[in-house]
Amino acid sequence: MGGRGNYLLLGVLILCGVASPWVGGISPYYFDILIGIGINIILAVSLNLVNGYTGQFSLGHAGFMAVGAYLGSALSLVVKFPYVAMPDWTGNILWWIPKLLWVIVAMVVNAGVSVHNGLAVGVEQLPHAGQFLIILIYGGLGAAFAGLLVGIPSLRLRGDYLAIVTLGFNEIIKGMIQNCQPLGAQLGLNGIPAWTNFFWTFGFALVTIFVVLNLVHSTYGRGFLAVRDDEIAAEAMGIHTTKYKVLAFVAAAFFAGIAGGLFAHFKQHIDPEAFGYLRSVDIVVMVILGGMGNTIGVVFAAILLTILPELLRTVARYEWLPHWLQQVAENRMILYSLLLIVLMLTRPQGLFGNFLGKGNLRKS
Amino acid sequence: MVDQVLELTQQLLNGLSQGFIYALIALGYTMVFGVLRFINFAHGDVLMIGAFTGFYVGPKVLQVMGGGPGYLAMSIVLVLAMAICAVVGIVIEKLCYRPLRDRPKLTVLITAIGVSLFLESAGQLVLSPDPQPFPELIVDKAIEIPASWGAISSLTVTLSQVLIFGVTLGLLVLLRFIVMKTKLGMAMRALSFNPLAASLMGINNDRVISFTFGLGSALAGAAGILTSISQPSIDPLMGVNAGMKAFVAAVLGGIGNLPGAAIGGILIGLIEALVVGYISPTYRDAIVFAVLILILIVKPNGLLGSSEREKV
Repeated sequence: MGGRGNYLLLGVLILCGVASPWVGGISPYYFDILIGIGINIILAVSLNLVNGYTGQFSLGHAGFMAVGAYLGSALSLVVKFPYVAMPDWTGNILWWIPKLLWVIVAMVVNAGVSVHNGLAVGVEQLPHAGQFLIILIYGGLGAAFAGLLVGIPSLRLRGDYLAIVTLGFNEIIKGMIQNCQPLGAQLGLNGIPAWTNFFWTFGFALVTIFVVLNLVHSTYGRGFLAVRDDEIAAEAMGIHTTKYKVLAFVAAAFFAGIAGGLFAHFKQHIDPEAFGYLRSVDIVVMVILGGMGNTIGVVFAAILLTILPELLRTVARYEWLPHWLQQVAENRMILYSLLLIVLMLTRPQGLFGNFLGKGNLRKS
Repeated sequence: MVDQVLELTQQLLNGLSQGFIYALIALGYTMVFGVLRFINFAHGDVLMIGAFTGFYVGPKVLQVMGGGPGYLAMSIVLVLAMAICAVVGIVIEKLCYRPLRDRPKLTVLITAIGVSLFLESAGQLVLSPDPQPFPELIVDKAIEIPASWGAISSLTVTLSQVLIFGVTLGLLVLLRFIVMKTKLGMAMRALSFNPLAASLMGINNDRVISFTFGLGSALAGAAGILTSISQPSIDPLMGVNAGMKAFVAAVLGGIGNLPGAAIGGILIGLIEALVVGYISPTYRDAIVFAVLILILIVKPNGLLGSSEREKV
């Protein structure tokens, strides 16, 4: 992607902004699917950076999404009440760590809000816009930080351990939220302002695609591909493999956090169950279907797999179908799992093939 | 003081029985890793199949035998569950993993995740998504060791715990015998040492791999029955958590190392029980993953594992 790509991106971004009010007018059902597509594109394209280009296998993308979603919503709920209540310091000593983090977050937020209030004077015609952008980026940074914490210990490991460690981290993040009263525990957070619209969702989807493509075609990207193609050879050539792996991981986590923020401000309600293992699998299936290391294919797969469950829901209502087939159509996980197995057996490069590089799934 | 010691003993006892179950599952992970060098993600779900075999076969066996719950009925169900799980394991290997034998590891890993998801979602579809009460194969009763030395509390051991200890120890001895004393066991060890050299020595690698899958899955099936008799209900997702913890146990003991897997399983059970008893039950899962991360950072080869150099 050279200069032309940048202009293209800018053009489409402006188009998104112009189209946004009209798109907001379509029926809520289709709007729901449309925003879902945008969020899934962000998630799948960013995960592709780790699972596709860098050749690692992360199964915990939903965990980073959760960090972004919760941080973002906590911020937008806190912004309404600038003073954060100090937590209760009695009770179990193990709770001090999350409580302490909460206080730090609250301090940073308050600082951010004051800066924002200073900047936002005179842009009343764009209500919440600046605030939402700041919140999303804070959410992304929080997720990136979580990605760094996860990545540094686990990315020194071999690929197959990484899948389980990231899955474990996903569960740990979910478990921490489930046990955290200020974040609503099991019930989740309610009343999050509905700030997500067509512009923000697809704007960030485009930015994600843009950043990932540019990153892959930069020196760093060559590093990612080298790590994927042959880690030992890459190391012998003087590439700091762990550094590149962590970098890919942190960048992917950042965008997952943004997607989480968008998700939260779209649904207006989040609970820990939405960010479990199955959500991570959803994203992984998109990456594999699209072809690992093929951004355009992954975008198509994200679109396809967002629409597919809706189509299947329609199919499941056909009376003439046998009962078991209706049930299969309603249970998308069984189809996803078969899709994974059949794809790996017959077409490991994904449905859309592989445009970038030949040695994607090299024989070892 | 005596009471504290008693409470600790009780926690350790509970942990030990859970740990024995983890050990059985962990052995399956470690054996498959030994011969194929990959993590069989679907292994935990085979446990679920074992439990559901017991769920469907148990009442039939009791009916045929007459006379209500008993040890014989339980043994028959146990053997049947192990046999069915062995078949399931062999079929999974043949259909899903064998065609991918010389493909990159990532492909096999994704397939394994697919198989695991398939078993879970098919289980929810075909069996039942809701927890089901497991048929009573033995009458579980608590054996109380009465208080003495001025202690107020007493020690409780349930019959199912005793059974878990007995059956697991028996299976471990049997496994040890198979691996160390039989020809197939020797072939397994040869294969995990060097597959090419093993095949040059006239070992049929495919057959040995099938056998390994069958053996590991049978152990998981036994673990499924043992889990079910000690807990109130079973559901199609019961294998996920147990599988993950057993995997951590296998890594803790040194993956590919059989005694390591058994020791790792017992340690994980004990750690879990102590966390539940003395810190908080909500940290039960988190602490196990913390152990995994710690072991991977500090000693990636596990407690008993030997370091293996990656060859170019």
